Amino acid sequence: MKGYKEIPLGGKIIEAGNAEKYETGSWRTYRPIWDKEKCKNCLLCWIYCPDSSIILKDGKMVGQDYRFCKGCGICARECPFQAIEMKPESEYKK
Amino acid sequence: MTQTLALTGNEAGAAAMRQINPDVVAAYPITPQTELMHAFSKFVADGKVKTELILVESEHSAMSACIGSASAGARTMTATSANGLALMWEVVYIAASLRIPMVMPVVNRALSGPINIHCDHSDTMGCRDSGWLQLFSENSQEAYDNVIQAMRIAEHKDVLLPVMVTWDGFIISHTTERVEILDDGTVKKFIGEYTPERPLLDTDNPVTIGPLDLSDYFFEHKRQQVDGVNNAYQVIKDIGKEYGKLSGRSYGLVEEYQTDDAEMIAVALGSTAGTIKAVVDRLRREGMKVGLLKIRSFRPFPFADVASILRKAKAIAVFDRSIAYGSMGGPLFGEIRSALYGEKEQPPALNYVYGLGGRDINTAQIEGVYQDLEKAIKTNKYQTIKYLGVRE
Ligand code: SF4
Ligand code: SF4
Repeated sequence: MKGYKEIPLGGKIIEAGNAEKYETGSWRTYRPIWDKEKCKNCLLCWIYCPDSSIILKDGKMVGQDYRFCKGCGICARECPFQAIEMKPESEYKK
Repeated sequence: MTQTLALTGNEAGAAAMRQINPDVVAAYPITPQTELMHAFSKFVADGKVKTELILVESEHSAMSACIGSASAGARTMTATSANGLALMWEVVYIAASLRIPMVMPVVNRALSGPINIHCDHSDTMGCRDSGWLQLFSENSQEAYDNVIQAMRIAEHKDVLLPVMVTWDGFIISHTTERVEILDDGTVKKFIGEYTPERPLLDTDNPVTIGPLDLSDYFFEHKRQQVDGVNNAYQVIKDIGKEYGKLSGRSYGLVEEYQTDDAEMIAVALGSTAGTIKAVVDRLRREGMKVGLLKIRSFRPFPFADVASILRKAKAIAVFDRSIAYGSMGGPLFGEIRSALYGEKEQPPALNYVYGLGGRDINTAQIEGVYQDLEKAIKTNKYQTIKYLGVRE
């Protein structure tokens, strides 16, 4: 990580969109698990996710980006088809 | 052309603000700062400045608005006193840590309670560790001179920090004195055009100001602030010299008065320095080797200058117009003793806490202090901390 002489003064962020370099996935205690079978591609989860962590391919939901997903559970709550379930992260991390 | 006018400290400060012509001023009235903003808002109403004057509902909002406007790229000022400064508290720290250049006159007043509107330094001493620079003024002339220089110091690229310019409530703020006001054009040229660093309104270069800063980078940003404040040492000196060329009044971080051969040196801030000078003159005529070291810049504190001047003395009296409860003397005393630690010569240092809540200090009391120093030199016995002028 950079020393104090190498970073902008006062905590200013001078590069647009650099939140991409700040991986927040490690904050997660619950992991959203997507069930492809139940999904109707309504994209409500994509609209609601506060961390842009719903991955779309050709306009279709294909899963979550676990590098950034903080596990807030909003997608699971909003999915009208119960296609997303929150599971303890501990079941996945070894 | 330079004009000589009869002005109070607050009117002198307002004159400086008019000449700076800041883009934005956000302020809330509080005694004894109120007349400063009265005078300045008249300049706004009369069209003498182009300033956007924001009348806010509290000092907390005043400082918040100032941070916003300065971040947007505007040259920004405010002013306050005592409890107004206390109400600003959390945002005062934020201004410094976001490296916001701005200037805020603080007209010194006792911080309540019990409630009191008169002068002491408890208000600004309370935020001596906020990361702001602090310049003290001895009289109305210095109030004027300091405000003008402060703008340059704050905006200097090696500093980029907010600056408090203080003057003693009522004693300076409401007392009419002879003040030399520079020509408007001269000040305008001295201050120059302001080119803000990464302003919010520069949409081609987007910037985020004040984001969450956790354990991975917070410490580094604090370390940067240390350099910013320390860099101000040289910047204050350079700008004080440059200002001297156009006004005939040069400034450093300290002012020495008859210290060259002085055996007994008093150290003080603000208007009391002027009173001490009168005592020094009188005692010098009687052959006493007395002097004064006036501290102009409390932040950064000029440790090296102070040590080199005071180590030659045989005894030192430090005047504190505020208390640091439970501490080894007042705030100035702590700095002075710290400056001398490590010196081979460590003359006895006596602390005088005085003038709280506007209690007068007179020349007879100051003479008594120099007599205390004389005794301390002869007997090597002295009381370290005294409360000067309190009824026992
Ligand atoms: S759990 Fe929250 S952060 Fe993660 S994908 Fe769902 S909405 Fe986005
Ligand atoms: S909200 Fe549910 S159904 Fe809609 S796209 Fe997301 S997972 Fe699929």
